[in-house]
Amino acid sequence: MKIHEYQAKAILAKYGVPVPRGEVAFTVDEAEAAAKKIGGSVVVKAQIHAGGRGKGGGVKVAKDYLEAAEIAKKMLGMRLVTHQTGPEGRIVQRLLVEETLPIARELYLGIVLDRVQGKPVFMASAAGGMDIEEVAAKSPESILKELLEPGYGLGPFQARSMAYGMGVESESASGAVSTMIGLAKAYDGMDASLAEINPFIVSEDGKVYALDAKFTLDDNALYRHKDLLDLRDLNEEDPLEVEASRFSLNYIKLDGDIACMVNGAGLAMATMDIVKYAGGSPANFLDVGGGANAEQIKNAFRILLSDAGVKAVLINIFGGILRCDVLATGVVNAARELNVKVPIVVRMEGTNVEMGQEILRTSGFNFTVADGMRDAADKVVLAAQGTKA
Amino acid sequence: MSVLVDQNTRVLFQGFTGREASFHAQASLDYGTKVVGGVTPGKGGLMHLGLPVFNTVTDAVKHTGATASVIFVPPPYAADAIMEAVDAGVPLVVCITEGIPTADMVQVREFMRGKPSRLIGPNCPGIISPGKCKIGIMPAHIHKQGNIGVVSRSGTLTYEAVGQLTKLGIGQSTCIGIGGDPIIGTSFLDAIQLFNADVDTHAIVMIGEIGGNAEEAAAEYIQANVKKPVVGFIAGQTAPPGRRMGHAGAIISGGSGKAEDKMKAMKEAGITVCATPAEIGEKVKSRL
Repeated sequence: MKIHEYQAKAILAKYGVPVPRGEVAFTVDEAEAAAKKIGGSVVVKAQIHAGGRGKGGGVKVAKDYLEAAEIAKKMLGMRLVTHQTGPEGRIVQRLLVEETLPIARELYLGIVLDRVQGKPVFMASAAGGMDIEEVAAKSPESILKELLEPGYGLGPFQARSMAYGMGVESESASGAVSTMIGLAKAYDGMDASLAEINPFIVSEDGKVYALDAKFTLDDNALYRHKDLLDLRDLNEEDPLEVEASRFSLNYIKLDGDIACMVNGAGLAMATMDIVKYAGGSPANFLDVGGGANAEQIKNAFRILLSDAGVKAVLINIFGGILRCDVLATGVVNAARELNVKVPIVVRMEGTNVEMGQEILRTSGFNFTVADGMRDAADKVVLAAQGTKA
Repeated sequence: MSVLVDQNTRVLFQGFTGREASFHAQASLDYGTKVVGGVTPGKGGLMHLGLPVFNTVTDAVKHTGATASVIFVPPPYAADAIMEAVDAGVPLVVCITEGIPTADMVQVREFMRGKPSRLIGPNCPGIISPGKCKIGIMPAHIHKQGNIGVVSRSGTLTYEAVGQLTKLGIGQSTCIGIGGDPIIGTSFLDAIQLFNADVDTHAIVMIGEIGGNAEEAAAEYIQANVKKPVVGFIAGQTAPPGRRMGHAGAIISGGSGKAEDKMKAMKEAGITVCATPAEIGEKVKSRL
C-alpha cells in the first residue's frame, strides 16, 4: 500500500524527523487558509501516488496566500500526468501547502529490502532530488549503504558514517543522524517495504528537513497496523483493482484487449507473455488463486468484462487438484448469468479434463477449447481480431 | 536418487488438524509418503488421520524421528512455526504459507544463521521426488519418476512445465518450488548446486520470474560450474514496472529485476532460454 507525501511526513515527524511546516488541503479555501497561516511564500504540491510531479506541473511556488489560492484553483481537479502515472494520469484531489525553505544542499535517504542479505539496507547519496535508480545506474559507487540489523536497526555510528560520507557539515550532522535513525525506526515500526526522503535538504542556515517523503507499506503486514489502513486512498487505485481485492482476486489492469483469467501468479504472468508472443495484447493480469472456486470464477469474470476494451477472454487454469468438470460448470454458469458476448477460449488441465471440455462444448456458448498454452494463445488472438473486424 | 527428500524422509505436518493441512497430508499419505504425525498446539495426545498429534515440534520429533516438517500455519503465526521447527533441529522445513510479513522473514533468516536446518519457501508449492515422497500441495499425478531436476519460484507454472515433461515421457528426479516471496530459505543457486551434485539428475529446468536478481546469481554459477544441460524460462516479460504481480517478490523496482536482463544473463551462461512457457518440455527433450 502506498500513502501520500503529507501522510508520510506526519509519520516522520512523529519519529523526530524535521519536516517543513505545512497542511493538507482538499479545497481552495483550505489551501488559502493554510497559506495564510504559514505566511509569506509557500509551495503548493499535488498529492498523488506517483513521482515526477514537479515536471508535470504538480508542484508550484506562490509568493503569498492569494497566489496560493490561484494555484490551488488550477491544480485541484486537474489531470496530472507524470512518467509514473501512465498516459491517463491522475486527478488531483488533495494538496499539500508548505513553507518554502532556502536550500543549500539536496541529499537522498532511502531504505529498501536487500533480498540477498535478507535485511533492510539504508542508502544515502549526495545526489538528492534525482531518481536513485538513475544514480545507481550512473555512479553506483556514490551510494553509501548500511545494513539494518534485525532487532537493532540503524546504529548512530552507521548514520554518522553516511552523514560524513556525504560531506554534511559538522553543524548539520547531528540533525542528519537523527533523521536517518528516525527514518529507520519508521520503516521498522510501520512494516514498510520502501521508505524514502528525497530530497533530504540542508538549508542555508544549516538546518535539515525532509522536503519530500515516500512510503510503501508491506501489504502482508497491514493486519497488524489497523491505524495505517485509514491512510489508504482508493482514489489513487484503479476501481476494478479495488473491486477485485474485495474478492481476494489479484488483478492488475493493463491496456490490451485480451482478458486473462489464470490460477497462480507465475502462470498468470506466463499467460500474458505468451499472448503477447502470439501477437496479442493482454488486458490484465489476473490470478484467481491456486484453488479457484465457482464463486471466484464468477466474480473474476464480472471484473474482467467491466473493462470495456476487452475483445476476447482467455481462461488458463492448471487445475491439478481442482476438478475440471467443476471449473467448467462454474465458467458456464458465470457466462450465462453475466450474459457474456465476447468469445472465450478455455485451456484447462487437471482431473476430469475431458468431462470439463464436454461441458463447455455443449453449453451453447461461444467457447473455444484449446489444447495447451500455445494453442490457447493463438486461438484467443484470432478471436480478438475477429471481434475487432 | 533425488535431492533433499526420498522414500526415507519422515514428514511432520505443522498446523496438522486444519482443513488444508488435513487434505494435503492425506494426499501425501496416498502417494506413499512417510507422514509420521503432526503438530497443533492444544491438541497434543489426539490422533488425526490415524497419526499422533503433538503440542510442540520438539515433542513430535522426539516421538516420531521426523526428518522434515511442512508448515500449513496462517501468516501471522507462520514465522514462529518455522523457527520452532528449526529450533527442534528438523533438517528440512517446508513452508507453504503465503502472506508472511517480510519483517518476520528477516527475523527468521537471522534466527536460522549458523543452524543446520534448510528452509524451502515460504509461499511455495513444496517439494516432490516423484515416486518417493511428496511434501506440499502439488498434484501428484502430473509427475513421473526420472532424471530432470526442476526448480521454480511459481506453483502452477511449475505444474505446467512438469506436465509437459511427463507428457513427453520425461520424468523428474526432484521438483522444488522455492517460493514467490522476496526472502526465501532456498535460492535458485542452492537448488542448482544440489541438482548438480546429484548423479541421477541429468538436466535442470529453472523457472524464474521478474523481481530480484537470484536468477542472475544462479546463471553465473551455472556458467562456471554446471556441465548438465539447463533449460530456463522467465515469467513476466510483459509485466509493467513498479507493479507487484501476485507474488510479493515479483516486482520490477528501480529498473532491476526485469525479465529481459534475467534472460540475457541466462543465455550468456549457456542456458537454453524458452521464449514461451509452451516450449519448456520440447526444449528439455532437445537437450537430452
